[in-house]
Amino acid sequence: MIVTNIEIIPGRRVLRHLGMVTGSTVRAKHAGKDIMAGFKNIFGGELKAYTELMQEAREEAMQRMIAQAKAIGANAVINVRFATSSITVGAAELFVYGTAVVLDEPAPQA
Amino acid sequence: MNVDLVVFLALLSAGYVFGRYNERKHFRSIQEREQAMRELLVFSERLPPPQPGAVECTLVVGSCVVAFDYFKSFVAGLRNLFGGRVTSYETLMDRARREALLRMKQEAAELGATMIVNVKIETSSISGEAANATGSVEVMAYGTAIVPRQRG
Repeated sequence: MIVTNIEIIPGRRVLRHLGMVTGSTVRAKHAGKDIMAGFKNIFGGELKAYTELMQEAREEAMQRMIAQAKAIGANAVINVRFATSSITVGAAELFVYGTAVVLDEPAPQA
Repeated sequence: MNVDLVVFLALLSAGYVFGRYNERKHFRSIQEREQAMRELLVFSERLPPPQPGAVECTLVVGSCVVAFDYFKSFVAGLRNLFGGRVTSYETLMDRARREALLRMKQEAAELGATMIVNVKIETSSISGEAANATGSVEVMAYGTAIVPRQRG
């Protein structure tokens, strides 16, 4: 499965467009991490727990999108976009969407 | 009343000292890594320039969440009264953005990419609008890494 955020794949042709595929997830960290983040607000610096949270969320959302693309028979997702929104304190929604397409086979190596 | 003042001043100075120290350290590390990654080009153009030979492309992402320190929040609060540039937050956003870009570059470099195109940077506050919320911003950078295909 090829996933990119440009509209074409260099050297490959798009045979069929299968429409938009999406994946989303809402995740939260446990309260302990939230309290630690509160302390960080005094000293500043990176919130590792939240960075991790966003990374997990992104992985999850992308997996869901890829699963959806596979289910309709695509072999690539192009023009992928991310959207993030916060719902409540410590929870974030991550939404990822793209266009599922069928690509031709890669040209034989020169 | 007096205790409140002492706590406030303690938080303020802790924020100032540690926040400053962290920021200096972070900027130094950012500059070092930016130097190391200079060879990897990043474009916000939609499509890559024509490539000699076959290439593969993959989505690469980097993100970073940074928190405001107590001193920065206080200074920004003061600045809100008079208006103008909130420099204390500007440096924070700069750090977050450069860190996110660096992490994206790191991911691309591990794949052996020569450039990253169509880079988008997105900023969001993950703490919500609540008054007592932790002030933090998330910056996410993503783009398409162009990896030359290995011959043979």
